[in-house]
Formats: sequence, structure tokens, C-alpha cells
Amino acid sequence: MSGDTKIAIDVREAVKRYGDFTALKTISLSIMDNEFFTLLGPSGCGKTTLLRMIAGFEDVTEGAIYLYGDEIAGLPPNKRPVNTVFQNYALFPHMTVLENVAFGMEMRGRSKSDARKRAGEMLDLVQLQQFAARKPSQLSGGQQQRVALARALAPEPKVLLLDEPLSALDLKLRKAMQLELKHLQRETGITFIFVTHDQEEALTMSDRIAVMSAGELQQLGSPTDIYERPHNMFVADFIGETNLLEVSVDAIKEGRATCHLGGGHELTCNAVDGIGIGSKVHMSIRPERLYMSDSPAEAESLKGRVKENIFVGTDITTIVDLADGPDFTVRTSNSDRGNKRIFEPGAEMFVNMERGAGRLLVD
Amino acid sequence: MSNNSFDIRAYTGFRAITFLCLAILYAPLVVVTIYSFNASQSLTNWEGLSLRWYVEVFTGPESAKFKTAARNSFIIAIIAATTATILATLAATAMVRGGKFRLRTLSFGLISLPLMVPEIVLAVATLIFFNSIGLDRGLLTILLAHIAFCIPFAYLPISARMQGIEDSYEQAALDLYATKRQAFTKILLPLMMPGIISGFLLAFIVSLDDFIITNFVKGAGVETLPTAIFGSVKQGIKPNIMAISTLLLLVSIVMVTISYLVSKKDNTK
Amino acid sequence: MAAGAASGGSATTDTYKEARTWLLMPAWVTLTILVLAPVLMMLVYSFLTKEFRGGVIWEFSLSAYDQFFFDRGLFGDDPPKIEWTYITIFWRSIWQAGAATLLSLVIGFPTAYFIATRSPQMRPVWVFLITIPYWVNLLIRTVSMKFLLRDEGPLNDALIGIGLLDDPLRIINTNFAVQLGLFYSYLPFMVLPIYAAVERYNFALSEAAADLYASKWTTLRRILLPAIKPGVVAGCILVFVPSMGSFLAPDLLGGAKNFMIGSLIEEQFKGNAGNWPFGAAASMILLTMVLIILMISARQQAKADRA
Repeated sequence: MSGDTKIAIDVREAVKRYGDFTALKTISLSIMDNEFFTLLGPSGCGKTTLLRMIAGFEDVTEGAIYLYGDEIAGLPPNKRPVNTVFQNYALFPHMTVLENVAFGMEMRGRSKSDARKRAGEMLDLVQLQQFAARKPSQLSGGQQQRVALARALAPEPKVLLLDEPLSALDLKLRKAMQLELKHLQRETGITFIFVTHDQEEALTMSDRIAVMSAGELQQLGSPTDIYERPHNMFVADFIGETNLLEVSVDAIKEGRATCHLGGGHELTCNAVDGIGIGSKVHMSIRPERLYMSDSPAEAESLKGRVKENIFVGTDITTIVDLADGPDFTVRTSNSDRGNKRIFEPGAEMFVNMERGAGRLLVD
Repeated sequence: MSNNSFDIRAYTGFRAITFLCLAILYAPLVVVTIYSFNASQSLTNWEGLSLRWYVEVFTGPESAKFKTAARNSFIIAIIAATTATILATLAATAMVRGGKFRLRTLSFGLISLPLMVPEIVLAVATLIFFNSIGLDRGLLTILLAHIAFCIPFAYLPISARMQGIEDSYEQAALDLYATKRQAFTKILLPLMMPGIISGFLLAFIVSLDDFIITNFVKGAGVETLPTAIFGSVKQGIKPNIMAISTLLLLVSIVMVTISYLVSKKDNTK
Repeated sequence: MAAGAASGGSATTDTYKEARTWLLMPAWVTLTILVLAPVLMMLVYSFLTKEFRGGVIWEFSLSAYDQFFFDRGLFGDDPPKIEWTYITIFWRSIWQAGAATLLSLVIGFPTAYFIATRSPQMRPVWVFLITIPYWVNLLIRTVSMKFLLRDEGPLNDALIGIGLLDDPLRIINTNFAVQLGLFYSYLPFMVLPIYAAVERYNFALSEAAADLYASKWTTLRRILLPAIKPGVVAGCILVFVPSMGSFLAPDLLGGAKNFMIGSLIEEQFKGNAGNWPFGAAASMILLTMVLIILMISARQQAKADRA
């Protein structure tokens, strides 16, 4: 991040407790102006709580939240220039689509006709102008979703909060909406804070992702960072598929760590700060960073036997039984079948690891 | 419904009992309705259709008494039901949208108290109370007593309705710069309307129908329809009573039907 | 009126928590003044001295309770002797209410079950059909019942007309007429809670029982009934409690021989007896009994909810 980019939302050591239960343990993070920022984590990790604290529906037990430099922790939701797209949309059922979209602007004191005019423009933006006079119940799920978006964007909030807005849509519509959301964010230049438990959705849309678990921030970074360089077990396991191997670190030399795993197999990978010689840690290797061959083809090559091939459409997943070691998952893209080999179950072969594929994790 | 020869849900005879149940429930009402159109002076003999008893209700010697009683009944029912509905709506908002608080269970107990105390006991208590504070028995005492026991009848459908409305609508309104008052009047209240109407109608019917409490707290010479009918019946059932009963029955059925249709209409979908 | 089975509802949010005191205040004040205070005042009156022809003298006295339970009081020179007149009236009320409850259960359970197993669209219609008569004026319903059952009434006319009977059935002014009237007054209170319980019941359990060789009636007895017991208990209480204190059915259908608590109490205030402290004491005894029943059932319900 460059130094002169403004910070849209600054969460400083925010804590949320409900009685004895701590929902959020001392979180600090800065969300930049014009950023598509995602809070990612399993249900109950505290991501929605954090979002609702920013929106003003939950108060902050300790710490502070700043919106473009102003502390907002004490303000009620109707005093915050922040709008939310709710998980179930919460479109007012007794109002038309147009009335829904105009509502926020009317509440901010704009005249009825002015608000309606602007609402019409917003409906243009989400291509729903012809549905302006309908009731929300007469729209499909995807259309309701777009009305909710238009309604939240219409008062020109400084930050838009999206609480799992796509979770109610089917897969195809979800994919289309992911792109549309991304476009809308670029077009409007508004900071989006998006909450989801779907890692694929997060990777597709976000500029940066905060991975959360059990009320704590696990890792903050770009989608590539998070996927390629997970910090810890949780992030590696939660994002994508991976082989998690128990290893002990034997030596560290010139930024490379030499480790061994059960059965005496030896692997090397980049050293990580905080993991010293003698540590027993986990190594993550993404299955698509492995390939199979008749004879060793890389510096890191392990002998094994094919247990099973599973066809999953775009890929073939192969489960490999390593001699005296753990099972490995290897993924071969179907488009790669020209230069990468698939072995029949029972065949002996070597599993090769691309350089830099292994990643040591703190627990 | 499946028509399998073996339906785990179906028990022989249950259908018959259900129809018997309906027959028992409706037979007296149907019979009275039919006999209210009897041309005969005597109760027993059927002498063909006639509207003479309805004419008698409106023009006969007792018509003045019943007209006054009916006016009293309707005025009391309208005021009592309106007041109870307003109190119940406010109370339901606190109970359903007011978070957890210590007095919540106690408040619910207080609201449902008129349902838990047997009617005759409530009648005695109210009479004693008015007597001890020196309030003369009359229309006012009837009205006050009716407001009290109408509250739970208005409260139950209203609070049930409010529980069915997700609070995300109000949160969305707050998020869109509405104040809490605006979120209440512009969002919650319109969504609650079916519950409020049905609460009002039930309270109205309960007030219109009440006999026992009214009989205790009414002053001498002040009558509502049920007490006037009771006084008349004590001297024997007369055909004009059946005509009045049929009219009152019609009012109740119309009100309950409206209440049912309104509450069925879910304006959140 | 009957006891409310509905709970306060646990689904609550706190949007209006700042205003809740003000929102509740009108209802609190109204109900405290018009219900709670009168009940307390009634308690006070039951310990006062009666004035001739109604009203009270503000002088502490136990004579109302003494009159209720004892022929020769606790405070006389002779050993106390129990007065059976009023205890018998209470006992008859309990017995009549119990019979009415049983009758309601026998008819109401199959009805509730039948309704709950209709298609989801038809269920509200059935419930509506069952509840309509309840909303019709209780007085009118009771009068209608009396008209129908009279010795020269349409029922007897019909039965004699088709040759089933030679002489009319004497139903009016019997215990059975009162039970029938009570049953008719409060039947929906039996049907609705049972209906609600059966509707929530997971019929896969019955299927599992049938799959494991249970007959239909065994399934009903061993699987369904235990599952919906809270609904059945609630229904019985909702019929029993108002039946016990009812006034119209015994007064109009029972006649003088079948006096129940309601009439006894009424007589103290509206009738010739004019003994207010005694009426207040009888009301207190009735209220206490009802509250005990409600408390026991609330405790049972809470225990069932926890389990």
C-alpha cells in the first residue's frame, strides 16, 4: 500500500464481548479507500460481528473504529455514512422497488421527487428500471439482490458493507453477481467491505482479504498472498485444498530449510521467520504444484504408489500412497494431460514437487 | 394426502369424530338461526318462514331497551378495543423489540393476568375495587373493566405478528438514515398492521360478548346487549331473543372472518 | 377466561430497548390498577366483616372463611365441625369441570389430530371452522344449547319424530347438560394446543415405529402420545380451569340442583345472599386453586422444555 492512500476504515484494537463470551479478540486492521476488502472465515469466526460493529448495530466493547479519520464507535447506524447490503436483503416488503431505493435519500432529507429521480438512476445502474413499480416479492432472488445493492448505494455511502449477500443465490447467478459486484465497485469508487465464508468468492473479488477464525485475525493480505503464502495451519487448510504434512526441521541454510517427514523422506523449502531448527511443524503443499513421473524429475521427488484417481471435471485428483509416509493428493489439470502423466491405480511412480511449492506453517 | 391402503397418519373413526365435533359445535347455532325465522308465536311449532321477530326486535315493545343496550355495547366495544390495541401494540414493541430485561417475565405475567384469573373472580375483584374507591357503577366502570381484559386478547396476535417480522427490516431502515421513530412508523407499524387489525377485532368481539364481568360492574338500569339478553332469557326464551342472537352471531362471525383473512395475508412476503 | 398457554416468546431483539419502559408503562399502569389492585382488594375484603345487604364493615374478621369451612367454628366453645355445603359445591364444580374436560378430550383429541394431518393449505381452514363458535357470544351459545336440548326442543322433536323415542330425553337441568354446556363452551381450548403439538410432530417417528413392527394403535400410544403430551396437558388445563369457575352453563342448563362455584359467588353479590366477604373468600379459594394448577403445569412444562 502506498503511503498517501487514505484509510477508509481503521479498526484499532477493537474487542467485542457478550457477557463472558468474547466474540472478537483485539482486532486491528486498516481498510483503504476504494478497496474491495473481504472478511473471510467460517461461521462464528466474528466476521459478521465486526461488520455490524462498523455498521453501528453492535457497540464496541473496547477499542475504536475510525471512518476516514473520525471515530464512529458511539454513533447510531443512522448517523453513519455507511450502508449495508443485508444477507437476506431486508427489502421493505410493503414498499415498491423504487420506494425502497429512494428511502435512504428521503431519510437524509432529500425531497421526495429528487430522491425518486436518483433512485431511478440507481435502478438504471443495476438494470432494473422496468421493475421500479413492483413489490420486492415479485422479483427473483438475483433481482432482489440488485435492488438491495442499488438501495444501499443510492445515498452515496463512504463505505458499503456487504453481509454474505450472495449466499442465497444459486451457483451460476452467484458467479455472475461476483463479477457485477466487482464492476460496480470500480465504477462507483466506493470502498466495499464484503463478508463471506466462501473462500473462492473471496479470492475472485477481493483486493485484500482478512482471514478470521475464532474471533482473531489469522492473516491479512492479497488473494495471492493468502493462497500462496499462508501463515498458519488454519489459513492453509481453510483456503483451497492442500497437503498438510507433519515435518521436523533438520537444517536451515541460505534461506532454505531442510525437513524430513515420516519414513525418512526429505524435502526442502523456503525458511520462515519464527521456525527454527528442530521445530516440529506442518508443511503445506498445494496439490496442483505436484506432478507425477516414471523417474525423479525434480530435486524434490518422492516414490509412491497410486491408490485412486478421482475425476472432477476440470481436473483429475490422484491419491498417492507414499512408501512409509502419509498420503498425498496430486491434482492434474485436464488441459495439462498432454505433458503430465496419469498413472493407473496400483502403479509405482514418483511425485515431484515444484521448487517453492512447500510452505512451512506456524501452528 | 396419499391414498395408500396403509397410511400411518390415518386412524379409523377420527374423521367421523371430527364431523361429529363440528355438528355439536354448529347445531345449536344453526337451530337458533332457523327458529329465529319461525312465523309461529310458540317456540315449538314451525309455521313457516317469517321475518316478524326481526321486525319485533326493531319495533316491538322491548325494542327501545335493546337499542340502548346495543348502542352501549358497541360504544364500549369500540373504545375498549381501541384503547387495548394501542396499549398492547406499545407493550408488544417493548416485549418483542426491547431486548432481555428483568421485568420481562413479570410484564408478560401481568399482561396475561386477565386470562389466568377466572372470569367470575375478575368480576368480583373489579366490583369490589370500584366499590372501595367509591366509583359509581355505570358505563364508565364497564368500560374500564373491558379495557383491562381486552389487553391480552389484543396483545397475543400483535406480539405473535411482531415476532414473525425479522428485525433486519428496521436495521436496514436505521442503516439508511431513518431514526428509530421513523423505523417504527414507516417500517414496523405497516408490517404489523395485519396483527394489529386482528388484535383489535378480537378485543372488540370479546368486549361485545362479555357477560359475567359486565353483569357485576354495571349499574342498575345500565344494560349491554348480553346483560339485556340474559335478563330476558331468565323469563324464558322468546323468539325475539333468537332474532337478536342471530344478528349478534352474524356480527361475531363477520368480525372473526375478517380477522382471519387479514392475519392470513402476509405482507412480508 | 382461560389461562394463556402462549409463552412470552423468546425471539426478541433490542431495537427499542431505550424506550421499553415508556412503551410498557401504559399497560403496566392500566393492568396494575384494573386487575392487580382489584384482586388484592378482594383478598382484603375476604377478611372483613359483612354488612347487611352487601358491602363491608372495615373490621378484621375470619368469619368468611370460617363460614365456608365450618359449621361450628374454630372459635366457639364446642369442638369445630366441618360445614359440607360449600365444600360440596366446590367438589361438584371440580367434578363437573373434570367430566367436561374428559368429554372435550375424547372428542377434541381425534379432531385435533385429524385437522393436523390435513394438507397444509386446509389446516387453517379447519382451525377456523373449529374456532368460529368460540367467538360467538358465550351467552348466546349457552342459550342456543338450552333451546336445542329443551324437553320440547328441536332435538327431542327430531328424535321422537323419527320414532327413536316415545318420551323426550330429559337433559336440561341435569349434570350432563352442564357438562355438555361446558364442553361446548371451551372445546376449542382443547383442540388448539393438541393441534399445534401434532402439527409439530415428526411423522417419520411413527413411520420408524411402524417399520419396526408396531401396530398403528401401539404407535399412537407409545410414540405419538408421549411426544405431544405437553399439548394434551395444556388443552386439559385450558378446559378445566374456566369450566370450574363458569357461571352461565350451570346457571342456564343446570338449574338449582346443580349449583357450582360460579353461581355461589354470583349469589353473594347479585343475588339475595349479599355477603361480600364470603363471596370474596370463595373467589380467593377458587383463584388459589386455579393458580396452583397453573403453577404446577408451568413447572411441568418448563421441565419438559429442558429435557
